[in-house]
Amino acid sequence: MHTNLELYRKVFTIRACEEYIVEHYHEDEMKTPMHMSMGGEAIAAGVLQAIGERAQTFCSYRTHAVYLARTDDIEGFFGELYGKVSGPNQGRAGSMHIANPVKGHYLSSGIVAAQIPVAVGTAYANKALGNAKIAVVFFGDGATNEGAFWESLNLACLLKLPILFVCEDNDLAVHTPRNQRAGYKNIRKIVSRFNLRMIEIPGYDAAHVWDATISDMFDLPIFLYTTYHRWLEHVGINQDYDAGYRKRPINRRDPVRIQRRHTILAASRSDVETIEKEVRQRIEQAVSVAKRSSFPATSTLLKGIYSDYIR
Amino acid sequence: MTTYAEAIDQALIQEMERDESVFVYGIGVPDHKKVFGTTANLPRDRSLDTPLSEDALLGFGVGAALGGLRPVNVHIRIDFLLLAMNQLANIVSTHHYITGQQIPLVIRAIVGRGWGQGCHHSKSMHSTFAHIPGLKVYMPVTPYDAKGLLVAAIRDNDPVLLIEHRWLYWAEGDVPEESYVVQPKAKVIRKGSDLTVIATSWLCVEALHAAEILAKHDVSVEVVDLCSAQPLDIVTLANSVDKTGVCLVADNDWVHCGLGAEVVAQVQEECFDDLTAPILRVGFAPSPCPTARCLENAFYPNAATIIHKVKDLLDLDPIDLSHEEFYAHERRFKGPF
Repeated sequence: MHTNLELYRKVFTIRACEEYIVEHYHEDEMKTPMHMSMGGEAIAAGVLQAIGERAQTFCSYRTHAVYLARTDDIEGFFGELYGKVSGPNQGRAGSMHIANPVKGHYLSSGIVAAQIPVAVGTAYANKALGNAKIAVVFFGDGATNEGAFWESLNLACLLKLPILFVCEDNDLAVHTPRNQRAGYKNIRKIVSRFNLRMIEIPGYDAAHVWDATISDMFDLPIFLYTTYHRWLEHVGINQDYDAGYRKRPINRRDPVRIQRRHTILAASRSDVETIEKEVRQRIEQAVSVAKRSSFPATSTLLKGIYSDYIR
Repeated sequence: MTTYAEAIDQALIQEMERDESVFVYGIGVPDHKKVFGTTANLPRDRSLDTPLSEDALLGFGVGAALGGLRPVNVHIRIDFLLLAMNQLANIVSTHHYITGQQIPLVIRAIVGRGWGQGCHHSKSMHSTFAHIPGLKVYMPVTPYDAKGLLVAAIRDNDPVLLIEHRWLYWAEGDVPEESYVVQPKAKVIRKGSDLTVIATSWLCVEALHAAEILAKHDVSVEVVDLCSAQPLDIVTLANSVDKTGVCLVADNDWVHCGLGAEVVAQVQEECFDDLTAPILRVGFAPSPCPTARCLENAFYPNAATIIHKVKDLLDLDPIDLSHEEFYAHERRFKGPF
């Protein structure tokens, strides 16, 4: 029951943060391109609830769900979006590159698939050092078109690394559907021929994703293939069903409503409402901190390009 | 005496003994050829052979560094490193600036030349790498520097690219047995008073040869080994040019948009009042590197090219080079790689 509440806290936090963004983006104070997670909340929430504090996360530019599910750092998140020093990267990263290694989120890559080999390397270090950490790398199905994906998959399987690949398939790479990008019928069948464990689960129900995520048995890489529907445009806060490249689904499943229902059944309506109230208060507080914080001083522009420290 | 290749091997072994987080990886690193002997004596469990996946393997190095190791990634030709340009320009160089997380990663890349290496096994392109903020780019010339700069790179918490010229691997020199660090500073490798030649990589060897020949004609050439493309040690370069007033840049790369252009720009900013002639440059011909020997000879500058430029700069009488013997690598190197 406790975990179920935490799972709902995760999906609701992601949704409520993005709802705030949608409402306030037009004010032009968050000057950073946003690739919204809306519709895909259950995946990061379920996977990271399962792996827990051992997770070292890596993702693409679609950062919001992974960042919040891993770090719960609402204050830093908004600080970064507002370009302020209260962000974990002091405004250098924005939405696309936000990272917070201390809290477990290592890398957000603006280049499709570039985060995947980095996660493989960290998994190698974890294995070599014998710690219990798990590298968890999130990527869209578009990344499976990239050479870096196949190179990384091969390497991880060859070295039998403790890594969790999470392929979040929303059928689209920007606006291009899978059938215009794939010279094969079924990516899962191809990937499953590698030396790994394969999990397939729809990505709408956070509790199901959590259940399905293997959190031990990392003697081989684990590949979790999941599907979801991207509610908004590729980049930006608008719906784009009128753009002509895709249709509004007849029955659009809402990961937040699904998990809310589970949680009410497992706990109570008042527990759910308490979580929602707490999260909304934290967002209000986080935005207030971000707005009061300073922009980075321009004198810091050239700081930190090199660490200039010889051990 | 120790060869350049042995000096690299020594540095790697000693750093591995000093710090158990150091490991070396790359295509063919532990195979029987041992990357021209530069990985000859490494412990097998810390030298990792890899799939042919340069792009992913550089990202792998970043991740391993983030995870607490100190990786050394080896590319037997720098041309192959270009496959990993995405990681280099987008991740390796930016990650510390964005996140504050250090990437203690070393990349060793080898410049090939001669006996038909051709257009995919002969590049250097150090200006391309030095152009990117966040990378350090060293080009050791002597065995002493090869060891000391590699040790410095491994201990550095920033990513460092070492560019090693294939022809320097046989160079011999005094190399202390113990471990030591060399700072990436330019160095005067021959003193002179009439003209400064600022040279990189193999062209330091050619510049020294040119200086020897010119000395017989009463021309005193100072040769400065640039040593590091990033950071660029403009102080040492400018001090030499201040003294001689004349400067030639001999860069082991294409001239157009090359490192020589950056050196010229910075030297003239520092030394404008002391210069008595425009700064000239020599480097590769502006073509892809061809295979046939006669074309290869025309593609690469050598000591004779440098001497002719010096003659122009100092307005000397024609110099008879017909009795001089120039470096012909075939006497030692008959391929295949």
